[in-house]
Amino acid sequence: MESKFLILLIIIIGAVAIAQLVRVYELTAKLRKNEEHDIPNRDNYLNSKLMLLFMVVQFGGFIYLMLKYGWTGRGDAASIQGQSTDWLLNLNFIIIISVFFFTNFLLFFFAYKYVRKPGVKAYYLSHNNKLEMIWTVVPAAVLAVIIILGLKTWNDVTGPSPKDAIKVELYAKQFDWTARYAGGDNILGKSDYKLILGNNELGIVTSETLDSSILAIQNGAGGIASIQKLLNNRDTVITDSLMSVMTTNLGNKERLLRLLYQMKSTHAKSKDANAWDDIIQRDTLYLRNNTPYEFLIRSRDVLHSAFFLHFRAQMNAVPGYGTRLKFTPTITTDQMRVKKNLPTFNYILMCNKICGGAHYKMKMMVVVLSEAKYDAWMKSKATQNFKAKYFPVATPTPTSSGATDTVVSTKM
Amino acid sequence: MTSVAHEEHAHGHHDHHEEGFVSKYIFSQDHKMIGKQFLITAVFMGFVAMLMSTLFRIQLAWPGESSSFLSFFLGDFWAPDGVLREDMYLGLVTMHGTIMVFFLLTGGLSGTFSNILIPLQLGARDMASGFLNMLSFWFFALSSLIMVLSMFVMNGSIFGIDIPGDWGTEGNGPAMAGWTVYPPLSALPQAVSGSGFGMTLWLISMAIFIAGSLIGSLNYIVTVINLRTQGMTMTRMPLTIWTFFVTAILGVLSFPVLLSAAVLLIMDRLAGTSFYLSDIMIGGEMLTNHGGSPILFQHLFWFLGHPEVYIVLLPALGLSSEIIATNARKPIFGYKAMIGSILAIGFLSFIVWGHHMFITGMNPFLGSVFVFTTLLIAIPSAVKVFNYITTIWKGSLIFTPAMLFALALVSTFITGGVTGIILADSALDIAIHDTYFVVAHFHIVMGMSAVFGLFAGVYHWFPKMYGRMMNTRMGYVHFWITIVGAYGVFFPMHFVGIAGAPRRYYDYSTYGEFDVDTFNMIMDLNVIITTFAIIAACGQMIFLFNFFYSIYRGPIAPQNPWKSNTLEWTTPVEHIHGNWPGALPEVHRWPYDYSKPGAAEDFIPQNVPLAEGEVESH
Repeated sequence: MESKFLILLIIIIGAVAIAQLVRVYELTAKLRKNEEHDIPNRDNYLNSKLMLLFMVVQFGGFIYLMLKYGWTGRGDAASIQGQSTDWLLNLNFIIIISVFFFTNFLLFFFAYKYVRKPGVKAYYLSHNNKLEMIWTVVPAAVLAVIIILGLKTWNDVTGPSPKDAIKVELYAKQFDWTARYAGGDNILGKSDYKLILGNNELGIVTSETLDSSILAIQNGAGGIASIQKLLNNRDTVITDSLMSVMTTNLGNKERLLRLLYQMKSTHAKSKDANAWDDIIQRDTLYLRNNTPYEFLIRSRDVLHSAFFLHFRAQMNAVPGYGTRLKFTPTITTDQMRVKKNLPTFNYILMCNKICGGAHYKMKMMVVVLSEAKYDAWMKSKATQNFKAKYFPVATPTPTSSGATDTVVSTKM
Repeated sequence: MTSVAHEEHAHGHHDHHEEGFVSKYIFSQDHKMIGKQFLITAVFMGFVAMLMSTLFRIQLAWPGESSSFLSFFLGDFWAPDGVLREDMYLGLVTMHGTIMVFFLLTGGLSGTFSNILIPLQLGARDMASGFLNMLSFWFFALSSLIMVLSMFVMNGSIFGIDIPGDWGTEGNGPAMAGWTVYPPLSALPQAVSGSGFGMTLWLISMAIFIAGSLIGSLNYIVTVINLRTQGMTMTRMPLTIWTFFVTAILGVLSFPVLLSAAVLLIMDRLAGTSFYLSDIMIGGEMLTNHGGSPILFQHLFWFLGHPEVYIVLLPALGLSSEIIATNARKPIFGYKAMIGSILAIGFLSFIVWGHHMFITGMNPFLGSVFVFTTLLIAIPSAVKVFNYITTIWKGSLIFTPAMLFALALVSTFITGGVTGIILADSALDIAIHDTYFVVAHFHIVMGMSAVFGLFAGVYHWFPKMYGRMMNTRMGYVHFWITIVGAYGVFFPMHFVGIAGAPRRYYDYSTYGEFDVDTFNMIMDLNVIITTFAIIAACGQMIFLFNFFYSIYRGPIAPQNPWKSNTLEWTTPVEHIHGNWPGALPEVHRWPYDYSKPGAAEDFIPQNVPLAEGEVESH
C-alpha cells in the first residue's frame, strides 16, 4: 500500500514539474509574441518533413517485416482447398499492398509538398466529375474481379464433398477435442447429448446406450428415484430453497426421461451397427494423405471453432446443431517436416472461438500419414471401435503398426 | 433555462440569470456543457480501457513472468504473484473492447461532437430538447459507472455488498466472453467465472447505454431536420453535420436490435428461457434447454455490430473533413460526392453484418450475398479517400495538431481499409478468421481512425469548448508518439495473424509444441508490439496533461483561431445560453469557401452574403 502511495506521489510531483516547464515556455512564447493558434513557419515545415520521414519509416518497416516474415509466414497450404485459397490470398495481397503504397504515398507526399509557403495561395477546386468518375469506376472494376474470383473459390471450398469422402466427427467441449471416425461403413452413428454417460462420452445412440441412460436417469445416483425418495422422506427437514432446487431438478430429469423414451421409440435397432464400428480417437487426429475428408463438427457446451491452420480450414462448433467442413490433405506430416526443415513440426487443430479460461490450451495434434501407413493404422484401430470400448471386457490388446513411428515422434 | 432552445427567446434581450453549480455543471441542459461532460467521461473510460490493454499486453509479451505492474493494478486475487490469471486475461480483453467501442468511441465521438457542433454549426440556440439531451448523458454516465463496477465483482457481490434477489449473484470478475458476448459462454455461469454477476451487470449497463444513445440520437436527428438557421439548406451543411446526422439514424435503427439481443440473453440467464441455448451439457450438468440457437444472437448482435463500426467511424470522418479543408485552406473536394458516400456507407452498413459469421455454419449461399454487399462498401470508401487526397493537393497546409491527426486518420483508414477486402472475401476469411489479422484490421480501421478523429476534434474545437488554446508543441509530441506507436503496434500484428495466431489466447506456448519457428516469431513480434503499446500509452499522458492543464491555464482563445468558415466560430468565446447574443446568423453560402479567387481573405464564413456577381459554388 505504501508503495502505491509513493508511486502516486511521484506521478503528481512529475505533473507539477511539467506544468511549471510549460508555464516557462508560454511566458517566453508571449515575449516573442507567438500566438498559440498561429503555427510558425518553422514548426510547419518541420512537421511537413516529418510527414515524409514517417512515410519512409512506415514503408521501410512494412517492407522489412515482409522480407523477414512474408505474407505466407504460415508456410505452404497442406490441402487442395488451402492451395486455392492461398493463390487467391496472394493475388488479393498484391492488389491491396499496391493500393496501400500508392494512396499512402500520395497522402504523405502531398502533405510534404503542399505545406504553406509565403505568397502561395491554395488552388480553389471544389469538384471534378471526370476525376470522381474515375475513382468510382476503377475500384468498382477491381472489386468485381475480386468478388467473382472469391465467390468461385468459396463455392468450391464449401460445396458438397465427394461421395467417398471419409467422415470424421470432431467433438468439442471445454477444453479438448475428440475425433470419431465413421468406421468401415463410413456412416457415423447418431448422437445426442442426453446419452452422455460413463464411457459414452460422445452420447452415441444405440439400443444399449439408450437403455442404460434411461436406467441411470431413473435409478442412478441423483436420478429420479433418489430425488423422490429424498422428497418423500418425512424424517429429513428440507429448507424451502433446497426444496425448490430439488423439485426443479426433478422436473428437468422427468422431462429428459420423456425425451429419452421418445428417442427410444423411434430408434431402429438396425442402426446400431453404424455406431458400434465408430472409432473414437483423442489427443491425435490421423488423416490419410490425398483423401477427401468430411468433418462433422459438434459442441457439448459453448461455441468452439475447429481451426486447421495449415489446411486453411475453419468452422465453428455450435451446441445444438452440427456444422461441416471439408478438405483434402496433400502433404504428409513427414513431408512437411522436410519442407520446413523442422523435425518437430506438427499439424494442429486449435480452438479459435473464445470458450473459457483454458481456451488457449484447447488443441489436438493432427498427423497426415501416407496412404499405406494410414491404412495400417486404421486396421490396428478397427478392433478398438466403440463397441469394444463400451463393453470393455472384450478389449483386445493393441497391435503395433507402421504408424507407430510418427505417433511417437509427435510427443517430441 | 429550458426555454433557451426557443427561437423567440434571444432576440436582442438575453437575460443573464445566475445559475447554481448543480444546474450549470452537473444537471446542465446546455448542449455545450453536455458535450464536455460526454468528452470527460469518455476520456476517463478510454484511459481505463487503455490501461487494461497494457496489462494484458504485458502478459502476451512476457507470459507467466511476474510483473509488479500487474500486481500493482490488479491485486493478489487477479494477479497472484504478479502473474495474470487466465480468466482475468479474458476479462481484461472483454472490458477493453467493450469500453473502447461503446464508451470511448461511441460516447466520446458522437456524444461529444454531435452535442457541441450540431447546434453551433447549424445556427441553433440549443438541441431540440435540452432535457432529453441531459437525460442521454446521465444514462451514459450511469452505464459507464455500472460497467466499471462490474470489474469489482467478487463472489457475486461488489465491495462485499450483496445484491438482493436472484440476479445471478455468483462468479468473479467482469464479463469474460469477449466484447461480442456470444452465448452460450456468456449465458452460463458454469462456463467461465465472469459469466456470473459480472455478465449480468454488463447486460444491464449496455441496456442503459442503448437507452441513452437512442434518446441522444433522436434529439440529434430532430435538431438537424428542424433547427437549421435561415439559409442553412441541407446541401450547405458542413460534412460534420452530415456524418452526425447519418450516424444518429444508424444508431436509432440498429441499437434497438442489440437491446433485444441483450434482453433475450438476460432472459436466458435469469428466467430459464432457451433463445440461444440448445442441447448443452456443462460442468457435468445436463441442461434441458432445447431449440434455441447461439447463431441467432450473432445475427442480432452484428445487426447492430456492423453499423456500430460506422457509428464510430463516420463522425471521425466528418470531423477530419472539416479540419482538413480548414487547414489546407481549400474547399473539401467533391462535397456532394462526400455526402453521397456517407449515405451509401450508411445504407450498406445495414446489409453486411453476415461477414462476421462466414464460418458459423451459415448457408454458404447467404455468405456469398454478404461478400458482395460488403465489398461494395469499398467503393464509397475509396471515393472518400481520393477526395481527401485531392483536397490537400495544391493546398496551403497548416500543420496544427488537429490537422496532423486528421491526415493520420486518412492514412489509417486506408491501411486498415484495404485489409478489410481480404476479410470480406469469405474464401479468404476462412484462413484468417479470428486471428490477430482481424485484430490488426479493425484496430487500425476503426480503432485508430476513430481515435485520431477524436484527437483531431479535441485539438481543433478545444478553443470552442473551453475558450482556451491547447499547447501546440505538446500536441506535436503527442501526435508523433501516437502515430508511431499505433503503427508499431498494429503493423506487426498483421504478421502475427498471418502466422495463424488466434486472438484471445492467454499465451502462445501451445505453438512451441508443434511449430517452434512460428512460436519464436510470434513471441518476438509480441515483445515489439507490447513495447510500442507501452510507449503509445505513455504518450497519451502528454495529452491528458495538456488537456487538463489547458482547461485552466491555456492562453485565452481568439474567436476564430483557425480562420474557419463554419458558424460555431461566429459565437463569442465566452459560452452563453442560446449561443449567439443577438439574432441567429443567416447563412448565404456553403462552408468551404477557402481561398476563393477574388476574395480578400482566404476564407469566407458562411454568414457572409455573396458579393456582387459572385457565384455560389459546390
